Amino acid sequence: MNGLLPHSLLADFGGAFEFIFQKQVSNVTGGHKVGGFGKVAELALTQIELSVVSLTVAILVAVPIGLYFGHRGTGEALAIGLGNASRAVPELAVIALLAAVVGVGFETLTVTLALLGIPPILTNTFTGIRQVDRASVEAARGIGMTEFEILRKVELPMAVPGVMSGVRTSSINVIATATIAPLAGVVTLGAFILNENVYGPNGVLAGAIVTAIVALIFEFALAGLQRRLTSKGLRLQAQ
Amino acid sequence: MIGALVGMPLAAVGEVGEGFFKERSVETLGCVARSSHLFCGEWAREHLHEFATPALEQLEMVVISVLIGFAVAFLLALLARRFRYLEPPLLAGTGILFAIPSVAFFILLLPITGRGRETAIVALSAYTLQIIYRNVLVGLHNVPESAKDAARGMGLTNRQILWKVEIPLAIPEIVAGLRVAVVSTMAIATLAVLVNAGGLGAKIYGRGLLTFPTTIILAGVIAIVLALLLDAVLLAVQRLITPWRRAEAAA
Repeated sequence: MNGLLPHSLLADFGGAFEFIFQKQVSNVTGGHKVGGFGKVAELALTQIELSVVSLTVAILVAVPIGLYFGHRGTGEALAIGLGNASRAVPELAVIALLAAVVGVGFETLTVTLALLGIPPILTNTFTGIRQVDRASVEAARGIGMTEFEILRKVELPMAVPGVMSGVRTSSINVIATATIAPLAGVVTLGAFILNENVYGPNGVLAGAIVTAIVALIFEFALAGLQRRLTSKGLRLQAQ
Repeated sequence: MIGALVGMPLAAVGEVGEGFFKERSVETLGCVARSSHLFCGEWAREHLHEFATPALEQLEMVVISVLIGFAVAFLLALLARRFRYLEPPLLAGTGILFAIPSVAFFILLLPITGRGRETAIVALSAYTLQIIYRNVLVGLHNVPESAKDAARGMGLTNRQILWKVEIPLAIPEIVAGLRVAVVSTMAIATLAVLVNAGGLGAKIYGRGLLTFPTTIILAGVIAIVLALLLDAVLLAVQRLITPWRRAEAAA
């Protein structure tokens, strides 16, 4: 595993790709084969499902709260402080504690991942709204828009880049934490990584490769979504 | 061999989470033997000294990673400022490194750097690139044109303007980036145990530890405290090297 020669590098990654597409014999399962495309896909789908559900819950909770406080312009210290403090929380400790104290399972883990995902979205939504030019808001009020219309038609469209950058940060955290989900009883791609004695070095590397691919798909999808959600006027302005 | 080293008991293939942390080792018994405890103060006091080495390991890992990340990101930002067309591809490139989950990143480096601290440091510094790169650029962009014009009027060359005007004025944003990088890297470095790089993660992800809340809480809290400590140090450094900001505030 320690080789620096390209030859052994190719062998390592080649073995990992073999694991992804073809079942392999394991040392400890008594002849049972492990890996293969079906299993890899199953675990990848679990990881995607866990991440999407958690991220959706986080968005549904964090965006309205961020919008509300951003529009009113109150709670700044709390919104910013929450975002800063959340970065310091070690995910491994949170997941391990969850498993040891609360218990394991898809639901509890979803709630935990959603909680971990809320702060970046909330903070970025809040600052996104606050950065909207006050003159535009005053103008909107001047032409007789209600507060809700101002939020919906003026502030929200202008805050899309802020909201989306929060969502992308959260997505990265959530997917990364979903990788250690096997510690809390949800078998994601991390299972390949955390159980080398079962899946072998090929399985460990295969798990990492597929995890990275899943994470990049999320990143590109969200970047695309951000472009689509950003109004044409703002896109022109940025150029 | 992660499995062999931390001796994780294995339930059955594919049922990893189900029972593999139920086992408790002898070390974790004692006041802990009582069921439904959350934090065992007695144990914590007795064993606190065992957390010193992992804590220092992690601190060292984070400081080195952020320093390397800073050096590379700073260079990239200067390049992007000099050659404007490099700015978007560098942003995208560092963004990809940022998006790859750290656990996967650690493992992807194994065939190249093997298990150990180097692997963790490479992955962690790659993770910090985007945060620092973006902040350095924002800082440089935010320098008022009037300040640059004044410097030019005084006869400073472009290089002098960069080092004597633009970079000093960008320090608050640069330090803000470093603070974010340090705090998030400290949290992620806890996972370095997965590639045997040590750190506080070893006090969470070790034999019989995963069922023992006291050690998990203690390790987690120490990681948070270290993050806040580094954050405070950076803030102090910033105040020290930007005396004019204090003068402005006082005026």
